[in-house]
Amino acid sequence: MLLIPCPYCGPREEVEFACGGEAHIARPANSDRLSDAQWSDYLFMRKNPKGVHYERWNHARGCRRWFNVARDTVTHRIYAVYKMGEAPPSVTP
Amino acid sequence: MKSRYSIFSLARNALHYHRDWDQAWRSPEPKAQYDVVIVGAGGHGLATAYYLAKEHGITNVAVLEKGWLGGGNTGRNTTVVRSNYLWDESAHLYEHSLKLWEGLSQDLNFNLMFSQRGLLALAHNQHELRELSRRVNAIRLNGIDSELMTVEQVKAFCPILDCSPGKRHPILGASLQRRGGTARHDAVAWGFARAADARGIDIIQNCEVTGFRMASGRVEGVETSRGFIGAGKVGVVVAGHASVLAGMAGLRLPIESHPLQALVTEPVKPVLHTVVMSSAVHVYVSQSDKGELVMGAGIDGYNSYAQRGSEPVVENLLNALIELFPIFSRLKLMRQWGGIVDVCPDASPIIGKTPVAGLYFNCGWGTGGFKATPGSGWVFAHTIAQDRPHRLNEAFTLERFGHGYLVDEHGAAGVAH
Repeated sequence: MLLIPCPYCGPREEVEFACGGEAHIARPANSDRLSDAQWSDYLFMRKNPKGVHYERWNHARGCRRWFNVARDTVTHRIYAVYKMGEAPPSVTP
Repeated sequence: MKSRYSIFSLARNALHYHRDWDQAWRSPEPKAQYDVVIVGAGGHGLATAYYLAKEHGITNVAVLEKGWLGGGNTGRNTTVVRSNYLWDESAHLYEHSLKLWEGLSQDLNFNLMFSQRGLLALAHNQHELRELSRRVNAIRLNGIDSELMTVEQVKAFCPILDCSPGKRHPILGASLQRRGGTARHDAVAWGFARAADARGIDIIQNCEVTGFRMASGRVEGVETSRGFIGAGKVGVVVAGHASVLAGMAGLRLPIESHPLQALVTEPVKPVLHTVVMSSAVHVYVSQSDKGELVMGAGIDGYNSYAQRGSEPVVENLLNALIELFPIFSRLKLMRQWGGIVDVCPDASPIIGKTPVAGLYFNCGWGTGGFKATPGSGWVFAHTIAQDRPHRLNEAFTLERFGHGYLVDEHGAAGVAH
């Protein structure tokens, strides 16, 4: 069970949240000129790292706001929580 | 050549207090060069090696394993085998696998305890019942056995199911694949390992691949914790670690790794003679030959490589179980564990070539790879040996995420897995 520190509500249990997957994937502005491979890369390809993962979470059963989390996918330790639109912090495990 | 397992060899060895059995497979030192190196000695990797030798006569093969063979998802699943998939591409692939299962114990000379006890998929509302009947028809059109059951038939087939109408999730009907069932998952790894070893294939455990050596777009071998091993071709079958290995070759995959949990109860006398699955309340359960109820449900919702999951997922699973089977409410749980599954956006596998010549990936089986073990190995061996996919796996390329011909099996046979 994860204890996730929502930047708006403080630490809450995992059951209140929904994980939104990899963060910082920007929709390409020039989508009409992308090749199939480039579009596929945006749409489907994921980093899926073994280690620190920058991901989006939604406090679905709380304040219902989205935010970003830097979490280790092996230890599940949460290194940083930061708001949408902020740059990912550098994290040293 | 190893001595065959039979009732006579069992009796003969019993006379010697079982001290003289041959070892099932060797633990050889890796050679400097192989024709084919398979990364990952789970069921799929060992099956690939076995069929490379049996179907294509390629025996200069090594299977490299980071830990011990069959120690990953092969030994962590809920052992369900079935082929009731909706789309033609999947139906043909999984049905080919099921047909291999039906002769596999004899083929491998290893008792896989394959038991075609039937697989019941429940419907709990009218929409689900209509969807289930659509699937049954699609499956039958592909020549695969499947039948629709009324609630009365379900009650007669599996009397301990709570079929009372006033429930929160009443059972309105079900589909049944009588040829579906279970197999002893460890035996699958051991059987393929023993049979592959007998054909001269080296299975090298405690040998972690740390990188690929490539030159001018072609793979030349693998760097491992036991040194460089040269290879003409490399097949990677590493389930949850597919993205990690792909990264070593500079490739990106549409895969995310999630924990999938399973658990067993204390052993009880025979009470459940079939596999029961429900997508609406979300659980699948069968009873092992030891008497334990073996069950699982959905993945944990976040990326993980930790081989463990969160408790709320277990709680949901048990709620669903008790909803269907009030009779199980007093059972104690014995063990609970997690495996790391490689989930694809369309819930279908990727089996094929990569942009690197001589490098092949077999991954993305997600939550449903065990049933496909022999079929997956069979088509992957063909793909490696011929350097082109077999007709059965040509739809399951990595390129499908570019051209958009996905094989959407999220509702596979009415369950999420």
